Amino acid sequence: MATDGKPDGGFESPYALVQSLESSLISLDSIAVKSILRQCCNKLSPYDCVENLILPALEDIGKRWESGELSLSQVYISGKISEREIKELFGDDGQVERNGPHMAITVLEDHHTLGKKMVLSILRAGGFNVIDYGHGVTAEELIYMVARDKIEIMLISTLMLPAALRIKNAVEGIKKVSPNTKVLVGGAPFRFDKELWKKVGADGYARSASETLQLVKGIVEGASP
Amino acid sequence: MKMTSMERTVAALNHEEPDRVPLFLLLTMHGAKELGIPLKTYYSDARYVIEGQKRLHRKYGGDCLYSFLYAAIEPESWGADVIFIDDGPPNCGPPIIKCPEDIDTVEPPDIADSVALQRILSITEGLVKYSNGEVPVIGVVLSPFSAPVMQMGFEAYLDTIFEDPTLFWKLMEKNKKFCITWAKAQKEKGADAITYFDPLSSVTCIPPDISRETGFKIARDVIKEIDGPVAVHLASGLGLPIAEDIISTGAAAVGVSTFEDLAEYKKICKGRLTLIGNLNGIEMVHWDANKVEAEVKEAIFKAGEGGGFILSDNHGEIPWQVPDDVLLSIKHSTEKWGRYPLRMEIL
Repeated sequence: MATDGKPDGGFESPYALVQSLESSLISLDSIAVKSILRQCCNKLSPYDCVENLILPALEDIGKRWESGELSLSQVYISGKISEREIKELFGDDGQVERNGPHMAITVLEDHHTLGKKMVLSILRAGGFNVIDYGHGVTAEELIYMVARDKIEIMLISTLMLPAALRIKNAVEGIKKVSPNTKVLVGGAPFRFDKELWKKVGADGYARSASETLQLVKGIVEGASP
Repeated sequence: MKMTSMERTVAALNHEEPDRVPLFLLLTMHGAKELGIPLKTYYSDARYVIEGQKRLHRKYGGDCLYSFLYAAIEPESWGADVIFIDDGPPNCGPPIIKCPEDIDTVEPPDIADSVALQRILSITEGLVKYSNGEVPVIGVVLSPFSAPVMQMGFEAYLDTIFEDPTLFWKLMEKNKKFCITWAKAQKEKGADAITYFDPLSSVTCIPPDISRETGFKIARDVIKEIDGPVAVHLASGLGLPIAEDIISTGAAAVGVSTFEDLAEYKKICKGRLTLIGNLNGIEMVHWDANKVEAEVKEAIFKAGEGGGFILSDNHGEIPWQVPDDVLLSIKHSTEKWGRYPLRMEIL
């Protein structure tokens, strides 16, 4: 797919397509989303469709939420519509398989799952296999599962401050049993205290689901953290 | 002339300058520390909470008494489990509305039969007695629009809002009925003002065009039924772009997020809506005295002129982890910089 803004195989320019998809997603117009994706993705490989059209739209939606322009519900519904459409278009479990790392996600000692759901949606849309460890998991349970499943990237979401602080115990335990595992954190407490992710010993912090995708891609491509 | 906390708060709400900026330290957990008992025990008996609030008031001299315990207490009264922890507010257990169809059958509790809600009413009575009309007692309700986040779970609720308006409005009618009755019950026991927690109506959670058709319509219906001042609190959510909608609910005040500029908010709301906020409760955990003073001073100077401002945290609940010396520093800094006329020339 062309990325220079010129027409590509009879389509609108890629930029215009991404804009058009993004606009349909944030207005929760799933009929328009379906139409755009069918028009383009039938002529593209699943990888190109996801990588050059769907993910850029979702990433921009994430950025616009971070800046306060869009709302959480728009991020959530956009991810949900995208996940559903990818499944319909490409069949199976709808995933564009990558040779990704062993990766898992959980909500530590907390029962607020919306953040986890949004991160799962965008990572799965992006072709990553992610094991869902669920919510209300304790640090001890998490350490055991990380070692058992040989997890390379562990994503931890929290909403409440006490749970965020408890990540420190989880990170210490994970690093003992699996020193090379990268622990990435996200959730409200980290947005309100920008140094908190370092204090709990995490390897990285993402402000949104789309930023999580960027962090994960960075790790896969060999960049820090 | 030194005012009582009540006089100070009423003046601020009337957009007049009191003797100093009122300080609302919204402490729901520190009372347990004062009494040296576990949080779960503290929450379990109105007498502990009344005593805790009294001790906190004497120690920090805040300008309100707070009957609120934790957000999950309302779903608890509807039948939900509550999961207690040692160092923070409890979580709500599994949703009581397990599938959208449950909305047809779920019924609001009778306040008279709810042990949890009766405890709040006893706390209200005890605090009103202690206040003797000198310190405002603040009650709390969850908005009908935000309560389903705990009643159903966030994802299921968002799906219902966007995909099943009939069921959504059915639940709203039930929640509205409960919310109005619950607010009135607290007012009858003597609560001076009600905080209407409505994070879902914030720009952070819902696009303004949707909240105008849902959350704010509901807020107007509820707030007009409550006799006395109501503060809409978005619990850290963004509200500046919807300030006019908040004003349209009839609210007297709004809780402002720490991510928003108090001066900008004040420009829009001056004389119409009192601002409450917006110290960062999470960051506050590791503030030192200098940082406290800088933050308090900045907030007061941005929003204090002409009244219409109450200094507080941005969430409506100060975390358990915030140390006593930070709270004392907030008190001292408010006394130092919050005296009217404000010493703006020092800026």
